[in-house]
Amino acid sequence: MAQNSFPSPISVNAEDLACERGGRPIFEGVSFSLSGGEVLAIIGPNGTGKSSLLRMIAGLLFPVAGSVTIKAGTQEEGFLHFLAYGDGLRSVFTVEENLKLWSRIYGGETGGEAIYDALEEVGLAHAMHLPARALSTGQRRRAGLARLVLSKRPVWLLDEPTSGLDRDGEAVLGGLMRTHLDAGGAIIAATHLTLPVPPTRTLELQ
Amino acid sequence: MSAFSAIIGQTVKASFRAGGGALTGLLFFLTVVTVFPFGVGPDLNLLARIGPAVLWIGVLLSLLLGLDRLFGQDREDGALELIMVSGEPLALFVFARAAGYWLAHGLPIVVVAPILGLILNLDALSLAAVTATLLVGSPALAMIGAVGGALTAGLARGGMLAAILVLPLSIPVLIFGVAAVNGAIADPDPFLAPFLILCAFTMFSAVLAPIAGAAALRLGLD
Repeated sequence: MAQNSFPSPISVNAEDLACERGGRPIFEGVSFSLSGGEVLAIIGPNGTGKSSLLRMIAGLLFPVAGSVTIKAGTQEEGFLHFLAYGDGLRSVFTVEENLKLWSRIYGGETGGEAIYDALEEVGLAHAMHLPARALSTGQRRRAGLARLVLSKRPVWLLDEPTSGLDRDGEAVLGGLMRTHLDAGGAIIAATHLTLPVPPTRTLELQ
Repeated sequence: MSAFSAIIGQTVKASFRAGGGALTGLLFFLTVVTVFPFGVGPDLNLLARIGPAVLWIGVLLSLLLGLDRLFGQDREDGALELIMVSGEPLALFVFARAAGYWLAHGLPIVVVAPILGLILNLDALSLAAVTATLLVGSPALAMIGAVGGALTAGLARGGMLAAILVLPLSIPVLIFGVAAVNGAIADPDPFLAPFLILCAFTMFSAVLAPIAGAAALRLGLD
């Protein structure tokens, strides 16, 4: 992939974020900044708010205090990818149908060939016509990765991206992350494991 | 626009796949309406008089059946989060889901209703009036239902609660739907006025329900 395939500079800034869940403070005073080509790893033990922070950045959770600013050019259709436990795969549809739907919603490629190529990249091409209910946990993860391949978006938010993946799957994830970074994209990953790509910044929650 | 049609298409397709519920809804409608002549007895005039209301109530009830599936699955499998992250307006998503729900659950029932009207001893004019009012009125039921579905999306067995929430809100639609049919049959009563109000209900709900549904979904996610 060509250098800087995203038209304008990317930056993600969080200032003094605070989070409450069920009336209980989880974290406060969290700030970070990140630009294109960088990986931020959010680490820390269970229950310290890694996923909550990621959801806050995604706009799914409102911060009690502070703000998140994401600048990624003028792309009207949105600039985030969110990969989490909920993979949005509907069990009655085939893998191809599921990916096609998300591609249409995310403004990505929808052709059968593009979907096949994306699935081949994540090692799931053989399952293209299988219903999603037949997939294992790791295979569902890979299908999620194929979603990221199909529609190009500058900022990836990954929640425990390595969970459920075998060693080969981790290598696939690492390859995709590197390609995305080389293209000028940014990645924020919440994890308690080691990422296949060494993070350029680390944020520890406790 | 591609996202919009994709969601409508997915909703319709899922409704006809295994466990989708569109056929269950249709069969439920057939059963409810068929039970009435057995309960009311062989009084043909009485049947003809209450027939339009029976068909309307049948549609109302069977449109409640699939509400728990409307957004419940999106909540469970993370699709709702992905929609929100995608940057597409959530209200548009709710509208698309409700429209797809009506196409898969509502439209087949509207098509079958005049055939069932025959066993309720409805004449040709009543059949035409019932079908016309159902065609313009049932989308409002689907839209109102979508708000109930959105409110209860995160709850276990939310379908029952959705039905309880939605039924009172649907009463005006039912009243004007049946009033329009009666207006078409009985001479002094007007047809056009209640029919136009019914059309207005559908248009109002098509605008307001997606906004309300989106707010409910956003609230439920926190």
